[in-house]
Amino acid sequence: MTRKPEATRTGPAISVRDLVVSYGGRCVLDGINLDISRGETMVLLGASGCGKSTLLRQIIGLEQPQSGQVLVSGVDLAKCSPRDLKKVRRSVGVAFQNAALFNSMSVEDNIALPLRELTCLAESTIRLMTWMKLAVVGLAEFGKLSPQELSGGMRKRAAVARALALDPEVLVFDEPSAGLDPIVAAELDELILALKGAFNMTVVVVTHEMASAFRIADRMAMLYKGSLISVGTKEELQSSPDPRIRQFLDRVPDQIADTAAVDQYFQRYLKRGTA
Amino acid sequence: MTPERIGISVAERVGSASVRHVEYVGALVVQVGHTLGSLARTLPILGNRRRWCSVIRQTLAIGVDAFPMVGIMAVCAGFILAMQGATELRRLGAMEFVVDLVTIGFTRELGPLLTAIAVSGRSGSAFSAEIGSMMVTEEVDALRTMGIDPTEFLLAPKFVGALIALPCLTILSNAFGILAGGLFMRFSTDMALSVYLQDVVHSMVLRDVMTGLVKSLAFATIIVHVGCLEGFRVHGGPDAVGRSATAAVVKSTFLVILADVGFTAIFYLTRGN
Repeated sequence: MTRKPEATRTGPAISVRDLVVSYGGRCVLDGINLDISRGETMVLLGASGCGKSTLLRQIIGLEQPQSGQVLVSGVDLAKCSPRDLKKVRRSVGVAFQNAALFNSMSVEDNIALPLRELTCLAESTIRLMTWMKLAVVGLAEFGKLSPQELSGGMRKRAAVARALALDPEVLVFDEPSAGLDPIVAAELDELILALKGAFNMTVVVVTHEMASAFRIADRMAMLYKGSLISVGTKEELQSSPDPRIRQFLDRVPDQIADTAAVDQYFQRYLKRGTA
Repeated sequence: MTPERIGISVAERVGSASVRHVEYVGALVVQVGHTLGSLARTLPILGNRRRWCSVIRQTLAIGVDAFPMVGIMAVCAGFILAMQGATELRRLGAMEFVVDLVTIGFTRELGPLLTAIAVSGRSGSAFSAEIGSMMVTEEVDALRTMGIDPTEFLLAPKFVGALIALPCLTILSNAFGILAGGLFMRFSTDMALSVYLQDVVHSMVLRDVMTGLVKSLAFATIIVHVGCLEGFRVHGGPDAVGRSATAAVVKSTFLVILADVGFTAIFYLTRGN
């Protein structure tokens, strides 16, 4: 008889083992191994297109891997039953890059949605909990507004409030600072730190904003072209001699133009012109 | 290119298109099965109260809001059918058969088909655009990560709403089309409306009405599932949402007509006279 997978409270909160993901024959993640401990803030760093958002989608169980495992609280997301997957998802709150608030509902209905759908709480309790979550992110007075009426930073905070609705053990942020001015981005960083301090949650953040990453991270994982090239503390990453990490941290641009190809093209063009 | 290569190229294209179409139909069947599995939660009393409220909203949006459009289309089609029929039947001195033509034509065929085409254009595209834009803004992903099944939350209420609304609209479409035929007969042959209605009652068969309603249920299934599948398959930006809405209307209209042929053939073969 096989044992049913059960969420464990010991060991890492999230464990990624030999994860391989490819789209249409193109390998996006190649043999990723990563452990995220309980109560730590792990920042996934990397250039655009390096596979960090794909890794995030694997961690939150939105996509199936080609091979390897993603274990959240010891439960293998690819092999567990739909009921277990639902249970795991309830323990993971996600704040999406563009907030992903439902525009057809008010802000407070957005936050109340998971409570209404997934719990048997009375409406009065749901309202109180919704107000509390909004108060935590500083939006208590804005619950009646629709998401379109909020600013970018407020929308992101509302998304955090919704992610907190079911009191998750893991909070995941996809590019929290993207599209925000430095002041609002810094406010969001402080909110992440405050939430972690208050609820002792495991926090996973995908970003390429270095200032934000160094402010909030306990550990950092650096992805480069689908491979994990470094996992360590902020200090370890900062002192790394790896040229790929140094290029990213020191903001050194890639050689975009293929000068040899350009020369060849012009030579061919000139030859054709003289012929 | 050599003739052999052209032959291989044509075979490749035909093969890949066939695989694509089979995959699409398979995805539709899987989606219908998944929706049927979550249908119990949309039922009143037994199911989720919020889901049932959503069913009522969808029924009103699909049915009540489409009523003026379906009504006008039915009246126009009723006039057209009566006029075209009368042109030929007058020469044969059989004007009274216009009543049978309109009654049978609407109850068996035009009522459900016109309604389905109107709802496909109106609601099918709306379903696909709604879900498609939710895909683009990651709202569907947000539902999944919360542990809420998007099929149950978004699709099932639309499906039940359409199953209620389409037969009702079909009955109204039948009534409007037949009444339009009556008005034509009143003005072209001085046939009293009461006499026309008596003739309608004589030529109307319950089986015809029921086959029309069965068709409307099948059309509702096609329109909702094609619209939603197109929405769930949106990847990319806003232009993909527009393309999915167009694809939803084109594919659902095509499949509705294809299903109509199938149903008509079945009813014709099982009529037994």
